[in-house]
Amino acid sequence: MNRQSWDIVVVGGGPAGMAAATSAAERGVSVLLIDDNSGLGGQIWRGEEANPSVREAQEWSKRLKSSTVEVLRGFRVFDQLRPGVILAESADGMREIGYSRLILCTGARERFLPFPGWTLPNVMGAGGLQALVKAGMPIREKRVVVAGTGPLLLPVAAYLKRHGARVKLIAEQASRSSLLRFGNALVGQPEKLVQALKIFSALIGVPYRTGCRPVEVKGDDRLRSIVLLCKGRRFEIECDYLACGFHLVPNLELALLLGCQIESGVVAVNEMQQTSVANIYCAGEPTGVGGVNLAIIEGQIAGFAATRQTGKAQRLLPARARDHKFARALSEAFAVSPELKQLARPGTLVCRCEDVAFDRLAQCRNWREAKLYTRCGMGPCQGRVCGAATEFLFGWSTESVRPPVFEARVESLMAKEVSEPEVRV
Amino acid sequence: MPESLSISLNGKQLTVPAGSTVAAAVFIGGHISFRRSVSGEQRGPLCGMGICFECRVTVDGVPHVKSCQTLCKSGMQISTDE
Repeated sequence: MNRQSWDIVVVGGGPAGMAAATSAAERGVSVLLIDDNSGLGGQIWRGEEANPSVREAQEWSKRLKSSTVEVLRGFRVFDQLRPGVILAESADGMREIGYSRLILCTGARERFLPFPGWTLPNVMGAGGLQALVKAGMPIREKRVVVAGTGPLLLPVAAYLKRHGARVKLIAEQASRSSLLRFGNALVGQPEKLVQALKIFSALIGVPYRTGCRPVEVKGDDRLRSIVLLCKGRRFEIECDYLACGFHLVPNLELALLLGCQIESGVVAVNEMQQTSVANIYCAGEPTGVGGVNLAIIEGQIAGFAATRQTGKAQRLLPARARDHKFARALSEAFAVSPELKQLARPGTLVCRCEDVAFDRLAQCRNWREAKLYTRCGMGPCQGRVCGAATEFLFGWSTESVRPPVFEARVESLMAKEVSEPEVRV
Repeated sequence: MPESLSISLNGKQLTVPAGSTVAAAVFIGGHISFRRSVSGEQRGPLCGMGICFECRVTVDGVPHVKSCQTLCKSGMQISTDE
């Protein structure tokens, strides 16, 4: 890969990014797809390259391989050198990557909420535990409780069960009535109903409770048991792992760094997935969490639109409108109950990087003040975990980023200084 | 590609399946604490996807390596901060 600049650069190799890159390449332009993991597929198709199981993942992987798209793995984008050039770093060094048009497909992460004991080893995200197991972590015969909220809990539980875990309980905080409303919204979408039925049949024998939330993890050097609250009744379950996530929040850091407008917590895009910065497009979860099908459609639209294949992009608009409806039903059904704000106690850590407890944050008026006085959000994760938590707990807006948006070695940061033109006074 | 490879975890030899991440290797080796927090608490992985930084370990002398995004290589020296 000798080239330093591409017509189209796609950041993020999940479903949206794979679709965007493949679609753009149909135009015959140069396309680079860059991802910070060693394998493509993002979180939802993680491990599909090594162990194929999802037909759609295989199809897109095949289409990508037979296209002219160049792929750069294990590189995370941490800054921009100047408009039109981003900087990315791997274990082996830094690269400057030039683009005419950029498509951001940076995906989403799990929302984590603090409750007593959540920092103990073996308390993980729901998607987090699944990702670790896909990467080789042993799970056979381990006792797991899956908790939190969102459509991710069920497939995670099914995956863990299939790999030999003893799933003791799935605890969904959303009420039965809001899930039933969500189920009704699926009626017009038979393929989604089929997916749901497959997952439920894989989970026969696993208790599933709605309106049920974790309140405390008990343990010593690790998690030993989890206390849950369900319809006013507290009960305790011994387990080896707690897989707990509260739906998803979009990864906005790069979009913010590049100056893209954010509205209501998502990257604002027009009908063609174009952001407020004319040569930057965005697709998938950063424009609103809506699942894999919507991500693929948006990725294709962005890839086509960015390469002036407008007709092809327009043909996908009805499909996108249909999936937008699904996305709205999703966020309504799995809205986190305000009651979960009561989970943290005064001493419960909220910022895990700088070990800042709830009571210290409760004295602050906003995110900036919290950063200045307590160092909340100032550690290595740069607020990626505690930011979403404080938004939920205190209503703070945490939409401010500074470069580098990911950790970078001093050599990489210096390389940026060296390559920036000297300012003459 | 070989089916398994040999690494060193906290000074002990360990064989792991090829394709395992460093995080998986730490679990295979029976450890649960990956790092110490700024106030001394034991911590292990949370997000599994490179955003939370809780799974940091030292790999071949380089500190603060995200174990969930790093693949094991033959002969790799891994140490956790227990």
